[in-house]
Amino acid sequence: MHRSSEVKHVASYLNTRGCECFGQPCESHCPVLTDRTIHVQLKTFIKIRVKPDRTGVVTDGVKHSMNPFCEIAVEEAIKLKEKKLVKEVVAVSCGPQQVQETIRTALAMGADRGIHVEVSGKDYETLGPLQVSKIFAALAKKEQADLIILGKQAIDDDCNQTGQMIAALLDWPQGTFASEMTLEADKMKVVREVDGGLETIKIKLPAVVTADLRLNTPRYATLPNIMKAKKKKIANVKPADLGVDVCSRLEVLKVDEPPQRQAGVKVETVDDLVGKLKEAGRV
Amino acid sequence: TPSSCLRPPSPPPTRALTPRTRELPPLPQLAELPELHQMMRQTCRDYAQKELAPIAAQLDKDHKFPAKQVKELGAMGVMAVEVPESLGGAGMDYLAYCLAVEELSRGCASTGVIVSVNNSLYLGPILKFGTEEQKKQWITPFTTGERVGCFALSEPGNGSDAGAASTLAQQEGDEWVLSGTKAWITNCWDASATVVFATTDKSLKHKGISAFLVPMPHPGLSLGKKEDKLGIRASSTANIILEDCRIPLGNMLGERGMGFNIAMQTLDSGRLGIAAQALGIAQAALDCSADYAHKRTAFGAPIGKLQAIQFKLADMALAIESARLLTWRAAMLRDAKKPFTKEAAMAKLAASEAATFVSHQAIQVLGGMGYVTDMPAERHYRDARITEIYEGTSEIQRLVIANNILKEYQQ
Repeated sequence: MHRSSEVKHVASYLNTRGCECFGQPCESHCPVLTDRTIHVQLKTFIKIRVKPDRTGVVTDGVKHSMNPFCEIAVEEAIKLKEKKLVKEVVAVSCGPQQVQETIRTALAMGADRGIHVEVSGKDYETLGPLQVSKIFAALAKKEQADLIILGKQAIDDDCNQTGQMIAALLDWPQGTFASEMTLEADKMKVVREVDGGLETIKIKLPAVVTADLRLNTPRYATLPNIMKAKKKKIANVKPADLGVDVCSRLEVLKVDEPPQRQAGVKVETVDDLVGKLKEAGRV
Repeated sequence: TPSSCLRPPSPPPTRALTPRTRELPPLPQLAELPELHQMMRQTCRDYAQKELAPIAAQLDKDHKFPAKQVKELGAMGVMAVEVPESLGGAGMDYLAYCLAVEELSRGCASTGVIVSVNNSLYLGPILKFGTEEQKKQWITPFTTGERVGCFALSEPGNGSDAGAASTLAQQEGDEWVLSGTKAWITNCWDASATVVFATTDKSLKHKGISAFLVPMPHPGLSLGKKEDKLGIRASSTANIILEDCRIPLGNMLGERGMGFNIAMQTLDSGRLGIAAQALGIAQAALDCSADYAHKRTAFGAPIGKLQAIQFKLADMALAIESARLLTWRAAMLRDAKKPFTKEAAMAKLAASEAATFVSHQAIQVLGGMGYVTDMPAERHYRDARITEIYEGTSEIQRLVIANNILKEYQQ
């Protein structure tokens, strides 16, 4: 029923940036980076600081780790391999030397090999979804991938664009915000979590799928797999080798801390409340 | 009230993307360890934070064995770190094992000791002294987390004085018959096998002790009441009573009369596991204190600004770091197959005294909050205390160190 020979490679893009605050108000809000202490809601061990020149946040010395949605993507890819529906899982990440650690984590979870697309310095600071998706499209062609799974968005910039852009560049179908994916012959059935509820679509391979929270629960790397990961290969590639120009078309004008929370005002009656709202021009 | 801001957050719903993911700050030593060990440490830390830390307080209250977690750790390879892959283990080195136990103990000290006893005290001697047949029978089923083992050396009449074992082993035909009582056996209520030390010839004193493998349950082997302990309450501790307990001759581990030697060598390694556990407890206590020092205000500023607190935190961190380096060094010596008895004793002594010191100071830093169960400081204090006692008391460690030093300076 499932023709495993058809699906050769599943390339899983790992975003190594991102920090989660679930869109809830938190003390030192975005932009926050994926670092050792992601969740700034209650306890901030590493305070995310805006650079003095207000062009971004301080990233020096901040430990980066795999984007949580990408962890889910890697887990799904490995699950497909365990079911013998795909032959090989390739983990890819774009960034400086330190992303190799993240790729190794994917290898320890069970990916077969890794590709590190080296982007560092100024290029890395301005690296955004458009450049990443171009890199990825080029890699997909080179590797002859049949399926690309990535996290739905990075939790540092919350762009939610890379997956969609890759699909557009390759002219492949896409299943975004997947909470369930099932391979049926040469089509992928994807259940998408959308505002209105759950939408089920069938897309023909090759395709792009982006992982949402409830797709799966990522596994812990087992010790034997960590040992095996040591022997797995990580290839080094430069964007220029893929014919991609990583120059950014966007210019960040400024980055600011969120405004300090102001004290509230207590009112006695509903009429007072409506009155105050009208005063403030909110109603 | 200030205390209400400090209630611990509710447990995370799933492993991924929980608000408390990666809550603890990184430890700078990660940069010094080989990459393999760093990854392994990270995976254990993730597991401890997400799966152990949220339930540790409840496990302690209920005295409940974390069976589900032990199985999960087994699946990760943590229940048999040093066991070669051919026998079902993870095939890693002792340094990796120490890192694992430390990280797990940081989440839950009871789970840490369960992992340690299975690895060092049960699998350890069988791996070193067992025949190929014994290894297949007594090791492989105990690597998956489905079964755990225990180590029965101490008796009601002798702990430190291990050579005075009074449990008897008499040969009757093609069987050994064991009789006597063992005391303070960790894991015994949850174990499926035990390594028992009994004397085959009392006149030879410690040279007459031999080691035996006994399955559990087994006719002639019964368990005493579960001890109601001060700490590590999720791990069971009780007496093992042997009355006419018959086992095949093939269940002797090693040669006749080798028992004391096997026990001492096993404990040499085991004490590194306990050192690691003590480090984990101490680290958790420090985490708790440093966090509190940021949040609690007194005299108009966070108490972390006060030198009295700063000096405490410095002393605590220093104690932990020194003990940690001793532990790593001893583990590395063992991995390099060099003598490590003195270093292991130093590590266990330093780490256990660090654990009691740090957890004591942690309560002091937290003040009243340190004394109540809402914060984990009191549990760390209770868990830490045993590390100075089991697997060689601090006094015994000092004797071991002194003997080694005197030998070095032998005229």
